[in-house]
Amino acid sequence: MDLLRFATAGSVDDGKSTLIGRLLLDSKAIFEDQMSAVETTSKSRGYDYTDLALLTDGLRSEREQGITIDVAYRYFATPKRKFIIADTPGHIQYTRNMVTGASTADLGLVLVDARNGLTEQSRRHAVLLSLLRVPHLVLAVNKMDLVDYDEDVFNKIAKEFGSFATKLAIPDLTIIPMSALKGDNVVTRSENMPWYAGTSLIHHLENVHVASDRDMIDSRFPVQYVIRPKSDEFHDYRGYAGQVAGGVLKPGDEVQVLPSGMTSRIKAIDVFDKEVSEAYPPMSVTVRLEDDLDVSRGDMICRPKNSPTPSQNIDAMVCWMTNEPLRPRQKLAIKHTTRTGKVLIKSIQYRLDINTLHRDMETGELGLNEIGRVQFRSAVPLLCDPYDKNRTTGAFILIDEATGNTVGAGMINDAD
Amino acid sequence: MAVHTDYRMSQLDELESESIHIFREVAAEFRKPVLLFSGGKDSIVMLRLAEKAFYPARVPFPVMQVDTGFDFPEVIETRDRWVDRLGVRMIIASVDEAIANGVVVDDGKTSRNRLQIGTLLDAIEREGFTAAFGGGRRDEEKARAKERVYSHRDDFGQWDPKNQRPELWNLYNGKLHEGEHMRVFPLSNWTELDIWHYIGREGIEVPSIYFAHEREVIARDGMLLSASDAVQPKKGESITKEMVRFRTVGDMTLTGCVKSEAATVDEIIDEIAVATVTERGATRGDDRFSEAAMEDRKREGYF
Repeated sequence: MDLLRFATAGSVDDGKSTLIGRLLLDSKAIFEDQMSAVETTSKSRGYDYTDLALLTDGLRSEREQGITIDVAYRYFATPKRKFIIADTPGHIQYTRNMVTGASTADLGLVLVDARNGLTEQSRRHAVLLSLLRVPHLVLAVNKMDLVDYDEDVFNKIAKEFGSFATKLAIPDLTIIPMSALKGDNVVTRSENMPWYAGTSLIHHLENVHVASDRDMIDSRFPVQYVIRPKSDEFHDYRGYAGQVAGGVLKPGDEVQVLPSGMTSRIKAIDVFDKEVSEAYPPMSVTVRLEDDLDVSRGDMICRPKNSPTPSQNIDAMVCWMTNEPLRPRQKLAIKHTTRTGKVLIKSIQYRLDINTLHRDMETGELGLNEIGRVQFRSAVPLLCDPYDKNRTTGAFILIDEATGNTVGAGMINDAD
Repeated sequence: MAVHTDYRMSQLDELESESIHIFREVAAEFRKPVLLFSGGKDSIVMLRLAEKAFYPARVPFPVMQVDTGFDFPEVIETRDRWVDRLGVRMIIASVDEAIANGVVVDDGKTSRNRLQIGTLLDAIEREGFTAAFGGGRRDEEKARAKERVYSHRDDFGQWDPKNQRPELWNLYNGKLHEGEHMRVFPLSNWTELDIWHYIGREGIEVPSIYFAHEREVIARDGMLLSASDAVQPKKGESITKEMVRFRTVGDMTLTGCVKSEAATVDEIIDEIAVATVTERGATRGDDRFSEAAMEDRKREGYF
């Protein structure tokens, strides 16, 4: 059994909560005590139906306001896979929460109401998933029961979305006609839509191939922690602990350590008290080298002929996450892989309208929940790759040192 | 770990890898971490993961237990064996001592569970800990489902659920000001079933009370409480002998057990797979006070 992380975004209206409720109910991930609490609350508020959104709206303020504000993580499993849902609000004022949910997702699920077709909100979700390079996208055309399971309605939406998606980076797109309320094409193939030849949502989620989404070619191992036991038994042990960010590492491999540029060979790769014959993303391992080099946290182990250039001038897409706008000349802290340092913002080239993809070149600043193309200089060289090549070595967060808050999330386009 | 030629990882390997990453990140970035250890299954799994994260070096931080004075003896025994085997330092923050020193006030109405909050915060401050690992899981409770892996606590140890730092990729923000600390939840993405599968796979020792055994119990408020000096039958209640096991372990006066014949890890997994009630709903009096009981306690600084 393996793991699939997927992100959903949306509001109550498009049936997202009903769908998630159904996935959890059908896989027995909701228990009687949770269900009865939701029923009681729904009744006490005078609702006609049980509002499954109450299952995921975990905070007092969310229940009081009747809206989803923050990312909620939900868990369910089928005999084939374990699933982690990052459930996020759909409204534009919560863009940062959607970006957060998408950052770790293997798959994004966008819902549209078959009666309304594509909306600004559904387009925006697809844009964000594409910006975050979520490799698989499912467009669920929901509420098909309310359009008499009409094939033409579905085809029109599918065609419109297909042409919109050509402007985005979406390597794998699946479009499923569905009724979350009635259960059509959620777990089992619907008998109401014999014209649909594809699979049910669960079948797709269980079988979508995610193991090859990560970069298995370009070896990247950010050193996280140096293990030196200083015990009699392991007197000379010196291991570099970290999580593989790209490629496959094997004992005997010739490696280069950045930024020093020194070379050595991998002597062994340890996982706890066993040596393994290979390590690949996202395994946490400890690498030992043949030679006694000076290696510390923030360094990167890679292959001599395939290594990122240490870069200080960075060009990136940044999602801004705090009220005070991002402006040129601003100084911030950055965390990139296991490196931390300071950056100076040089310019904000444009602000991207995530509804229309229009580039506003005049803006000069980025406000809360806005995304734009930003150039900055890093005081420490970053050992990075473009985000579209590697979602780990291409990503960073920006931190306001005065408040300590995470104020930006970035995806590297280019660096020198 | 087996070698996978198709570069897939099992869900347990992937969860383990994520948790180990979190442990190493905290050890690298925080001046003084501590692992909050109750002796329950989740904190034991945490300790196992910490052992793996730093092997062959020792776990580079101490463990701390908040002793309510009503802990199950079986749990204390298991705790001590783990601490001895790993050679880690153990700190005990005692609710009784906190009451005696006036750190918290026992008014006779407040539960021991609630008194743990002040005791815990006092111990964190006294020892100067900057990060405290907790065994909380997001599948346990809906307020936890929204909590970050790195969960910031202010000067007063309080959690502000509306002002949480965004948490993206595997990039955790450990920035703190003087007097603040971080709660860190390495098991955030594990479920109760994952924990038991992992206990089975790793052959991890957990307290015997998790497995079915005969026990004298009192039925109260829809729960079965273990009869002891601290829990005596009230008027109209009686003590009966039942085959039971505990799904969670906490304060004896508040933690109920469930009727069960599950005597092995595999039988427990089968039992949970068909369970209809969450582990906290089944057995935790402390979560039953209101819909937001957990959120309110967490705001004040609870685990």
